[in-house]
Amino acid sequence: MARPTAPGARSGTPGSPGYERPADRTALRPAVAAAVSTRRGVELALLGFAAVITTGALVLVEANQEQELTWALLYLGAAYMAILALAHLAVRRFAPYADPLVLPLAALLNGIGLVMIHRVDLAKIARAASLGNEEPAQEALRQVGWTAIGIVFFVGVLWLVPDHRTLARYGYTAGFVGLVLLALPAVLPASLSEVNGARIWIKLGPASIQPGEFAKILFVVFFASFLVVKRDLFTSAGKHFLGMTFPRPRDLGPLLVAWGVAMAVLVFESDLGTSLMFFGIVLVMLYVATERISWVIIGLTIFGAGAFAAWTFVDRVQIRVSVWLDPFADYNGRGFQVSQGIFGLATGGMGGTGLGAGRPELVPFASTDFIFTSLGEELGLVGIAALLLIYCVLATRAMRSALAVRDTFGKLLAAGLGFAIAWQVFVVVGGVINLIPNTGITAPFVSYGGSSLVANYALVAIVLRVSNAARQPAPDRRPGAAPGGGGQQAPLAPLAEASTEMVSRDQVRTPPHGHGHQEAGAGGPGAPADRSPRGRTRGE
Amino acid sequence: MPELVLQITRAGFLALLWLFVLAALRVVRSDLYAASGLRAAAPGGRRPSRGGGTSKPARGGGRSGPRALIVTAGALAGTRIALDGRPIMIGRADDSTLVLDDDYASTRHARISQSGDDWYVEDLGSTNGTYLDRNKVSGPTRVPVGTPIRIGKTVIELRT
Repeated sequence: MARPTAPGARSGTPGSPGYERPADRTALRPAVAAAVSTRRGVELALLGFAAVITTGALVLVEANQEQELTWALLYLGAAYMAILALAHLAVRRFAPYADPLVLPLAALLNGIGLVMIHRVDLAKIARAASLGNEEPAQEALRQVGWTAIGIVFFVGVLWLVPDHRTLARYGYTAGFVGLVLLALPAVLPASLSEVNGARIWIKLGPASIQPGEFAKILFVVFFASFLVVKRDLFTSAGKHFLGMTFPRPRDLGPLLVAWGVAMAVLVFESDLGTSLMFFGIVLVMLYVATERISWVIIGLTIFGAGAFAAWTFVDRVQIRVSVWLDPFADYNGRGFQVSQGIFGLATGGMGGTGLGAGRPELVPFASTDFIFTSLGEELGLVGIAALLLIYCVLATRAMRSALAVRDTFGKLLAAGLGFAIAWQVFVVVGGVINLIPNTGITAPFVSYGGSSLVANYALVAIVLRVSNAARQPAPDRRPGAAPGGGGQQAPLAPLAEASTEMVSRDQVRTPPHGHGHQEAGAGGPGAPADRSPRGRTRGE
Repeated sequence: MPELVLQITRAGFLALLWLFVLAALRVVRSDLYAASGLRAAAPGGRRPSRGGGTSKPARGGGRSGPRALIVTAGALAGTRIALDGRPIMIGRADDSTLVLDDDYASTRHARISQSGDDWYVEDLGSTNGTYLDRNKVSGPTRVPVGTPIRIGKTVIELRT
């Protein structure tokens, strides 16, 4: 038979009726079609469950501490539930198809964190009373306030970002703002930025914010949009070595810039945590975009080399490392916090002492950086394992959205954000249990700290936005799709159909490599314009 | 608080925490396969009713013909596409059923479609051609189950 000249052969081949249209793209996306149920009911039920657990934890703490259930506490609990209800309604309104698990998981972690912060408050008050000092401010009350602000951010993101792809437009802006936020504490005088040796704060009167938490999200947005546009730069092949394809040396520039930023944070802000966070996210997003393990290996190598140099030359890093290698060497001095934390975990053992029955306040910063030892002491390994699993599920839901969403930017965004949560938990918990040198970043949702909580609620909102796009039924209700004449659906203009997968960035891309490959019949309907760099994950 | 009550509430709270984890994992399980293409029959059964009835191309059940198209080599190796009677478009175009990211594939490279109980492959004027078990495809050619179809670096075959 004669070959059709038009690439799509949309005209139909004689003798083969019903070939007017390529298989509908949704045919391969049963998820999209099957997930028509929005599953908001599941979300509400799990939120209720989270509220029950939080209330139970609070009652246990009060009972064990022989406190009376006061009205103030009741208001606190009511405020927590009202905030959750508001978040749930916002999801119903703005992202009806979003993943049903993300919000309840975050809410439970937040609730457990609130209870533990309150519990440490009680211990501090008792201690102040016995020493005759004045009663310290209750952190739990402030944390509820931060939760409310976090939910305002959460709703704001869902409301103002109706489509995550609009974020791609602000990629470079986000990168620049993130860099400024990251660099600001290092530039500011130490009186404005230094807390306990790490210069990662900006103190504004009574409130102080940790800009690194917000920079984290901005960097993920930046790298996602950057990699969508420049992915070819990172996939161009260099030498084969040890069974891996290594990039060409001249393509290493962006990675070296990221490495330089990470090293600068490590040296000038004396904070391994932020540095690790930042560089880890860069490496993983590069890996997700290119599928090349060589990038990760190169990145880890140069980060290791840089960290080694920092250890050789920077005093503060040396201190942290010596504490890490032997926390008990200077038990009453620098190793005190880490050793106390380890003792706390040991006290908790398998099943914990029971909520409110331990002595978590013995560890300095028991409600912020070291909240995991507080939880470990009172909930034991069994409880900590459950919390870590909840973090895991939260991160995998983001990865799941990344797999299911159709556009490259969304994939990279959700994958980066999901990894950021998991990676932050690893850095925090690893530091607390002395697996890696201790750092000063907070456990997402659980630790006391406004910036962290607000930033993480914003992060979760973006993940929900992407998952909403991933689970939404494909827009089949296009005008013109209705008249289903004949055995098959009516023919459609191919470009109208291609529009469902539009990523604005792809359109301005120039063809990669310079292979002289010609598209068959280029110039036919919708030929080169709707190519996208994607395709690896299609149809899995 | 009495020791016994303390122990009971302690264990009870941990149990509650794990119940939450299990409830979350149940939700995870419920859509584990949803986007993997393994359950293509479910939405497939739903769609034709909207399109006016695709009639004959039955889904699953008694039909003995090929049920899936599997990518056996190339970047997408392992991908499985359930066949539901509608033609499969292969190429670099974004709206293809199987989107190839392959320098040797054309925008609209080939089409695999059903006629009666058989499936046919045809080349859509590609630059580098489509091969059915080493023979270049020039017109619609019947594809026996298990015979490799090669497009660029990608090899696919039909499976029952």
